[in-house]
Amino acid sequence: MLQLTQCEVISNIPVRVNYDLENMKTIIGKVVILGHQGVGKTSTCTRYVEKTFNRHISPTIGASFFISRIKVLDDYVKLQIWDTAGQERFKAMTPMFYRNAKAAFLMFDITSEASFNSMKNWVLELRRNVEQPMVLCVLGNKIDLAERRVVSRDEALAYSKTIGARYFEISAMRDQGIEIVFKFVAMELLRMSTKNSSATSLKVYNTENVNGVMASSSELEATDIGNEEIVNMSINSIAHGHTVPSRCC
Amino acid sequence: MSYLDVEPGAAGESLLLTTDTNATFDNQYMSSSLEEIKNEIEPSETEDSNNESISNVTTYEENSSPMSVDNEDHEDRIQDKKWALMDKHIFVLSLAGKPIYSRYGNEDKLAWLFGVMQTLVSFIQSNDDNLISISAGGINFVFSIKKPLILVAVSRKQESVQQLQNQLNYIYNQIASMLTTSKLIKIYEQRQNYDLRRLLTGVERLINHLLDFAEAEPAFLLGAVQCLSLSSSKRSNISSAIISSCSKIKNIVFAILLANNKLITLVRMKKYSLHPSDLHLIFNLVQSTESFKTVESWAPICLPRFDSSGFLYGYVSYLSEDCQACLLLLTVERDAFHTLKEAKQRIVEKLRRNNCLEAINESLAKPDVNCAESGFLEVRHYLYKSKSTAQFYQPSVSPPYNKYGQVLTDLYKRLHQGLHCSARPLKLFFERRANEAIFAWDTVGFELYIIFEPLVETGNVVAIITRLLNWMKEREDNLFHLQVPTF
Repeated sequence: MLQLTQCEVISNIPVRVNYDLENMKTIIGKVVILGHQGVGKTSTCTRYVEKTFNRHISPTIGASFFISRIKVLDDYVKLQIWDTAGQERFKAMTPMFYRNAKAAFLMFDITSEASFNSMKNWVLELRRNVEQPMVLCVLGNKIDLAERRVVSRDEALAYSKTIGARYFEISAMRDQGIEIVFKFVAMELLRMSTKNSSATSLKVYNTENVNGVMASSSELEATDIGNEEIVNMSINSIAHGHTVPSRCC
Repeated sequence: MSYLDVEPGAAGESLLLTTDTNATFDNQYMSSSLEEIKNEIEPSETEDSNNESISNVTTYEENSSPMSVDNEDHEDRIQDKKWALMDKHIFVLSLAGKPIYSRYGNEDKLAWLFGVMQTLVSFIQSNDDNLISISAGGINFVFSIKKPLILVAVSRKQESVQQLQNQLNYIYNQIASMLTTSKLIKIYEQRQNYDLRRLLTGVERLINHLLDFAEAEPAFLLGAVQCLSLSSSKRSNISSAIISSCSKIKNIVFAILLANNKLITLVRMKKYSLHPSDLHLIFNLVQSTESFKTVESWAPICLPRFDSSGFLYGYVSYLSEDCQACLLLLTVERDAFHTLKEAKQRIVEKLRRNNCLEAINESLAKPDVNCAESGFLEVRHYLYKSKSTAQFYQPSVSPPYNKYGQVLTDLYKRLHQGLHCSARPLKLFFERRANEAIFAWDTVGFELYIIFEPLVETGNVVAIITRLLNWMKEREDNLFHLQVPTF
């Protein structure tokens, strides 16, 4: 029963699929990055896009937009990423960035309890306002400051589980785990779209497969990916309090 | 002699709003421009970007930075001494006396001082009067009460009360441009002792930058904008590329292209014009936000002189990797990012095709001539402001002032004060000093400030000025933006 509703929800996903000449699929998905000010949203983006890190980066004003094209097996996923400003005064603007987003990065700073709580508020806000299913990733940033950690991995992992999100720990400064996060989202979006477009390819990407690809990444050692995560793509299920292992679909 | 016939950079219609810099700045704001634009085109649209609730304000965790108490007393005292001797302090506080901003030092530690300032202001107010300034021991204390904020400048520099008021005004506008005045007022209506710093995190940086910027840039003193030197045909090519690329897009109010603190072009909606001080805030924003260089941004910007009650939404992006000019497309639509992003791509394509990018790069790479190079050996530096267009021109700075910029700034402040002191404004000012002779002239059409070599002959001064005006007149198409492109 549960599986059915899940699939129904997923089939409504308005993921755009474009075919180019070589019959290679390009999937376009909007991704939003949310979190308290100073947790490292922009740093993570610049680390990923420009491969640089600037300790004195200026706070984002409004939001920044960039596009990332990621190849997943034979297909391309084009992520339209909105890096939002964490300051309270921009809060009113944020709905326009998470509206129609296919995925959200919820970021906090492992050395700040306040940023973790603030992230929970973002989850509540998404839950209230977002109807479509969404890939959720909780990102604990600044693991390079492990000695100042106040949010434990278990706590973050447990929380992620309750909202059906995947938990990653990253460091924008040391470039740990960032590639994997973006790749993960790209693959999840691809999975959503394949389910959408044809029933036969439903099982092409199951969880083992996803993990398999990840394991082959050279950066696995650098990351702390909890091993208990449950991938869940529907934000609707949060409201019902169910967590659905992705394997079921 | 008819110097007045020569008025470089003058134009019947102006790109920018041209109010006198020192004209009363209170409530001279064009209000409701935003509403007008929205209503004109979409009368049904009632969404107001500002009516976000601030009711959750009370529930927000207090996380104001805790005072550090581990500092030793002695160190504190040394710090205090240094702190007290700073050239210019700027403070912002709420009417209730809550600290909001201090240029130097931690506001929380200075709470007592903010208390004193608030007391002074309210004591005078209780007698139905307003505290404007106090002068003591060579220090000017200038107060500006702009409900719901109090702004205070404490300056040891040779600056007039008016000039300091003007700077405080810019700071107020900077805060308003981040929040809108209507929101500011609403916040304090709901909670008088609200800690505004929570909403202004990150804005201190903009204010700090603005203070340094205003110190170094004559644009702020003159209330005018300098244009990048470009041939008038190239400039109009650029403007028309912008106009044609945006022709089908509704509700773009301003399109601004700038580089290196100079304006390249400004295209505006027919009915609305931009005040130089709003443009200065945009320059400040662009200059102090490195990240605009690498990614496209969508930023809410309130231009207080244009409409202090609401936000315009700005698509901000540098033209391309190979051309460091920054384009801002300002609209009233909050969802127009992708439309404007596409428009920007069209603009860049057109500019590339017309070799405009090259022209901009060329002009950026080549510094303006200095006075000696243009044949004015007796002149060290000058500022020329065309009043009718609110634009100014300055040659590049040559020795000795390239190393002592502050000296030059102080000289211009002195000259400016001479012309604009409200008690006894001068039309003509000439002063021979130990190191230079300084001159200022205020006419109906322009203001001219010149720093001469100290031994320049007084009899020659008039001839040099005439030559200088003619020199600029010949080049006015390049030095000034004389067309008024509109959407």
